[in-house]
Amino acid sequence: MIDAIGRPQSLLVLGGSSEIAQAVVDGLVPARCRTVLLAGRPGPRLDAAAERARAAGAAVVETVPYDTTDVADHAKLVDELFDRYGDIDLVLAAAGALGTQAVLERDPGAAADLVTTNFTGLVSSLLAVAGRMRQQGHGRIVVLSSVAGIRTRKANFVYGSTKAGLDAFAQGLGDALVGTGVGVTVVRPGFVHGRMTEGMEPAPFATTPEAVAAAVVRGIETGAEVVWVPPVLRWVFAALRVLPRPLWRHLPG
Amino acid sequence: MSAPAAPRSRRALLTGWGRTAPTAARVVHAVHPDVVDAAVAAAVAGGAPGRGLVARGLGRSYGDAAQNAGGTVLDGTWLDAVHAADLERGIVTVGGGISLQTLMERFVPLGWFVPVTPGTRLVTVGGAIAADIHGKNHHVDGSFCSHVLAVTLVTPTGTRTVTPGDDPALFWATAGGMGLTGVVTEATLQMLPVETSWMLVDTERADDLDDAMGRMHSGDAAYRYSVAWIDCQSTGSRLGRSVLTRGDHARLGDLPVRLRSDPDRARSFVPRTLARVPLTPPGGLLNPLTVAAFNEFWFRKAPRHQVGRPHHMTGFFHPLDGVAEWNRLYGSRGFLQYQFVVGDAHGETVRRVIERLTEVRLASFLAVLKRFGPGDPGPLSFPMPGWTLALDLPVGHPGLDRLLDELDRQVVEAGGRVYLAKDSRLAPDTFRAMYPRVDEFLEERRRVDPAGVLRSDLGRRLGLCPTGPTDRPAGPGRKGRPARKGRPGRTAKEAASAAPARPAAATKAAAPTKATKAAATPAASRPASKKATAAPAPRATHDPDRTEP
Repeated sequence: MIDAIGRPQSLLVLGGSSEIAQAVVDGLVPARCRTVLLAGRPGPRLDAAAERARAAGAAVVETVPYDTTDVADHAKLVDELFDRYGDIDLVLAAAGALGTQAVLERDPGAAADLVTTNFTGLVSSLLAVAGRMRQQGHGRIVVLSSVAGIRTRKANFVYGSTKAGLDAFAQGLGDALVGTGVGVTVVRPGFVHGRMTEGMEPAPFATTPEAVAAAVVRGIETGAEVVWVPPVLRWVFAALRVLPRPLWRHLPG
Repeated sequence: MSAPAAPRSRRALLTGWGRTAPTAARVVHAVHPDVVDAAVAAAVAGGAPGRGLVARGLGRSYGDAAQNAGGTVLDGTWLDAVHAADLERGIVTVGGGISLQTLMERFVPLGWFVPVTPGTRLVTVGGAIAADIHGKNHHVDGSFCSHVLAVTLVTPTGTRTVTPGDDPALFWATAGGMGLTGVVTEATLQMLPVETSWMLVDTERADDLDDAMGRMHSGDAAYRYSVAWIDCQSTGSRLGRSVLTRGDHARLGDLPVRLRSDPDRARSFVPRTLARVPLTPPGGLLNPLTVAAFNEFWFRKAPRHQVGRPHHMTGFFHPLDGVAEWNRLYGSRGFLQYQFVVGDAHGETVRRVIERLTEVRLASFLAVLKRFGPGDPGPLSFPMPGWTLALDLPVGHPGLDRLLDELDRQVVEAGGRVYLAKDSRLAPDTFRAMYPRVDEFLEERRRVDPAGVLRSDLGRRLGLCPTGPTDRPAGPGRKGRPARKGRPGRTAKEAASAAPARPAAATKAAAPTKATKAAATPAASRPASKKATAAPAPRATHDPDRTEP
């Protein structure tokens, strides 16, 4: 159960080896979270994430093979997890890839795969999760979106459009779940330093996985519907969203 | 084998009085005891929604005690009849959903008062038993269940009348059992004789905490009712300055002439709602500034020393009931109450807690200190001899979580505990440390509810109930839950190879290794046969260590 102060006791991460997700686990485990289920691509990175969750003090840590592109299997996988572990208080959707825009533009198939990874696969997974959470009458779904989805840029519009879709989906899901005891929090970080952005030129207001995680934990506590990291991006994008397109296109990056 | 028809229900989002952590449940209006029977039977049969059942009264528990996410919540407030009243001896038999307010309205004019009342009269008798509530008279009269002669308890294994003499184990597990041993549909109470509806009250100010505790320690025995309001914001030499209010029921001859000459008026009990908080101010109105102003006013308003002043019962016992929905004042995020008890030897803990609150400038609008007498035999009953401090705290103060965890540790160190009726945030292991007799409780619970059908959010949070769906009987019409094969993950291979070797009815996986521990007793691995209830299997939660003694 999520307690009065907003601390969950069990967590399922979709995309368990994500750096942001690992930082969130680090934040939640010492508070109350005893059960951590890490769904992701099997491999050393996922194992390391599990080890880190155990080191943080989680009593039950499991890794679960999960491929966002296996959309047909998602409902079954989610059912199995909820049947086996009982209630899951919090589901964090952190799966996703950035891709390289130049490569994606040359390879439409790869671009479509990115859409599946970042969007379609999470739609199928989260709808299954939402169904189970509706039955259990409580829970929270946290979706890692991105400011890149608020207004897509020519420099990464494939990635940006996957996040735009995910963001819109998550907002709609949140509205659909009002009154069911289940809440949805959409997290919109700016540029996050880390594995995914290694070697890239940081954008203004760049942040870190730890800062995103702290904002996520706070968002869970308050039951926030939207979390911007850093918070100033809410106002930056309020302006950028209405910037005339000729100007927007010519912004650097 | 079709499940009995579940009574009609409506979906609702419920919270406790603190308005935190809402969860959705199917609410069944228990308009008659038969509806209780039907709802419990449906829950036992695993009928929709298959997540158990808990009774709810007037929703005055601060936390999640009367919530059951995804399951059934039985609104028992309809069971408010008076079935029998012996006005010679003051013994009444009432429905479990009757409120203490209704009891007072009916019986105070006839000369009988409830044996114990908390700070609100808007609680039901069933809830009073489930929380084994206490009042300002605990040091003299003990808690509510000490005055309960019998309860009619609807359990998943049948309806029974339980008395402390016939079945002490079940009776006392129900006292303070937070509704997890059954639904109280009827109770027989020993009421307290009173001549009037008035109190004779002594009020005095204490300049600091030592002064207050000293006066209570030495003087409380002379009063039936005693409580101290503490200003949790004053610091330094004025730390814990207090207003002590102590008194007893007034006899007719004690009252001023205008009341004495009109005995009907002297016994009248007509509660009034003076105001209502019309909406929830998003940020709340109770912040350090407003609370400081209130505290200053309240302290100065109190007479330095006043003896034998008549107060009406309503104002003396339930000042907040005059303002309907006052819990809205805490804003949209709600609030919680932290109430703990520590033994007499650990009065220092009370001081340290108040010091910590002033250090972090956390404003407690209501801080109430009182002394407890001996506790009763309930394994989950809260009171024990010593000091109890109750603090109302707004949720949203950064660091509130860590502060309260720290206070938990101090309370545990002092051998004390936190009151479950107020709790909304305790961790399962801390709860165990505070209530070392929990296994006695669980044993009784298994006796009357072997399938673990009685469930609440509080029970799930504290590891008293399983968190998954209830077991459903296997039947041709129902697709059985697939037997557990391999588990995904690194250990899938080991698990798959181990599975065939395991007897089908085994309820526990062989030797739980570190990796398989979580899956040792999940609901999915339990036998689907209903016969399993004859030999109760250990219940599963996501943390099996907690529920299996």
